[in-house]
Amino acid sequence: MTIDFDHVAVTGVSRHFGRRRALSQISFRAARGTILGLLGPNGAGKSTMLALLATLMRPSEGEIRYGGHAARTAGASLRGAIGILGHDLFLYPELTARENLTFFAGLHGVPSAGDAAAAALRQSGLAERADDPVSSFSRGMRQRVALERALIHHPRLVLLDEPFTGLDDSSAAALVGRLKGLRAEGAIVVLATHDLDLAEGLIDSALFLRDGRMVEAVDRPDGLRATYRAVMTRRAEA
Amino acid sequence: MPKWFMPFAALTAVMFTASPLLIANADYESTMGLVQKVFYYYLPAAWVFLISAIVCGVASARFLVSGSPRQDRLAYAAAELTVLFGAIVLVTGPLWARKAWGVWWQWDVRLTSSLMGWMVAWAYLLVRKYGGPGSDKLAAGLALFGAANVPFIYISVNYWRTIHPATSVVPTLPVDMGTALWFCVACFILLFVLLLRLRVHLEEQRTKLDALFLSLDE
Amino acid sequence: MFARTAWLVLRKDLTVEVRSLEIAYTTLFFAVACVLVFAFALVKEGKAPEDGAAGILWIAIAFAGTLALGRTFERERQSETLRALLMAPADRPAIYVGKLLGIVALLCGTEIVLVPLVAFLFQAPLFRHPFWLAVVLVCGTVGFATVGTLFSAMLVRARSRDVLLPVLLYPITVPVIIAGVRATATLLEPDAELALVRFWVALLLALDVVFLTLALWTFEPLMTD
Repeated sequence: MTIDFDHVAVTGVSRHFGRRRALSQISFRAARGTILGLLGPNGAGKSTMLALLATLMRPSEGEIRYGGHAARTAGASLRGAIGILGHDLFLYPELTARENLTFFAGLHGVPSAGDAAAAALRQSGLAERADDPVSSFSRGMRQRVALERALIHHPRLVLLDEPFTGLDDSSAAALVGRLKGLRAEGAIVVLATHDLDLAEGLIDSALFLRDGRMVEAVDRPDGLRATYRAVMTRRAEA
Repeated sequence: MPKWFMPFAALTAVMFTASPLLIANADYESTMGLVQKVFYYYLPAAWVFLISAIVCGVASARFLVSGSPRQDRLAYAAAELTVLFGAIVLVTGPLWARKAWGVWWQWDVRLTSSLMGWMVAWAYLLVRKYGGPGSDKLAAGLALFGAANVPFIYISVNYWRTIHPATSVVPTLPVDMGTALWFCVACFILLFVLLLRLRVHLEEQRTKLDALFLSLDE
Repeated sequence: MFARTAWLVLRKDLTVEVRSLEIAYTTLFFAVACVLVFAFALVKEGKAPEDGAAGILWIAIAFAGTLALGRTFERERQSETLRALLMAPADRPAIYVGKLLGIVALLCGTEIVLVPLVAFLFQAPLFRHPFWLAVVLVCGTVGFATVGTLFSAMLVRARSRDVLLPVLLYPITVPVIIAGVRATATLLEPDAELALVRFWVALLLALDVVFLTLALWTFEPLMTD
């Protein structure tokens, strides 16, 4: 039985690897039907934060709660409500798009995995290339399949790590449309990116990270580029 | 240097200095003569080797279950001492064997099993050193498998060599040399506890240093 | 759900493998090369060493197995698909079992080629007791693969993983190798004592059970960061 929840609350979360502090005292809350942007330069800790949210890693300090559930106790059923699109796409290059989607659908316990995969392929517009191995796809097409793979079990929490990398304008626009659709369906979307132009107009709140620290949290940001520059330079002076 | 170190170390040093006297005063064993005296260091070292391996296995299991860093430090220290005392066993054993039976190495069940256990301890240290992040858990898993493996290694090597044509080299324990033996056992156990506590202390200092480094970033 | 997950993972592994057969071919070739090297090293005046066949067979299996394990998990490391597998709401030990069965299948396939080859090169009567030979090979392979799959999975994100796998694997699988070699050697003797073979098989089975239980129990804590 998969758990459902209406918000994710991160409280005082830190994560270090030996002497390297990847994240320090991060706190935020993301509710249903919102898109939260994790913004920051490379090495700011965005990927680590996503891994923590996905329960792939445990925080060194602090706590992450999914509605009333804690990651430690909820375990497998919580994972059924989380979908993650990593930087490495998580696809088997030797398998076809259809096989990848069917496999992950089956793994996530989606009933009639084959139909779910077919629907996902139609949604992403890749139905004609469904039976080609993923290794023959361009980066953008692989990204689309990977996104469908992350969403095939209709997760409540959707985590995306740099999803706009390598996408051309039309694919990026399609992705933006898809994310807006997810928001309308009530998903909690957490998006890590350093592409501010695309994030602009898409995200409902922004969390600025730098060197593992939360520098600023802004609700309903506009003029993202200017805000970003201001926030990041302010920190450098402090 | 923690406070308990100096008196403890002094006691151990005194006892070790006294041990050769006790060993010299003990009776000669009938067939092997002087060389048999290596046994007074070989046997306690073997026992401590085994104890150390058990400590490592138990601490690793507790670390995997609870994630307590203290158990991890204990396991690491115990693994290092397993390698140390295992080395003593594997040096003194053949020295004794050479003089007593004319060969450096026999595929004796105990020596072979000890060699395998020693290699697992070495593997533990290599993993801790070269495994990168997450190597503490990896090594704990290895230690657990190594510990569970001990009876199987013993049984398999025992039957392996008894079906091989080989001379039996199992020594019997002489009773009349008890004093010297137990004194040496006490020496070795003191040494083991001393080194273990010192090593765990070192790891604790390292952890404190890491925490200081981290708080420096604040 | 457990069995279903394991089956899905196994089927996926077999599908991926059948597409390219890369690991199958390279493992097989490596095992054959291993046996040939032993043949060149140990054969004197056209005669193979007695008892050599059993040892050589198991060494080739151990080396080829290590290679296969490394390559299989290297595949999961590309595109970090192991993470995706861990994200499934299924029991994590089920993923382990799926991977394990795939490795066992691969190694058994290799053995099907190796056994006749060793029998041929070393004039060893390996087919005198085919049933018992199969039992010994399967039990030994399962024991080896159980430990190997667990350690390889653990090593996926470690540094120096290629070197560390043999370092971790070989000392732990010593009883498996000893039992396997002794059982096989006993089967090769002119009047094989089946009671002895049964003893070694019993030891292998006990080892398999202990290792498998430990692996299933520790897979989850070892895979979480």
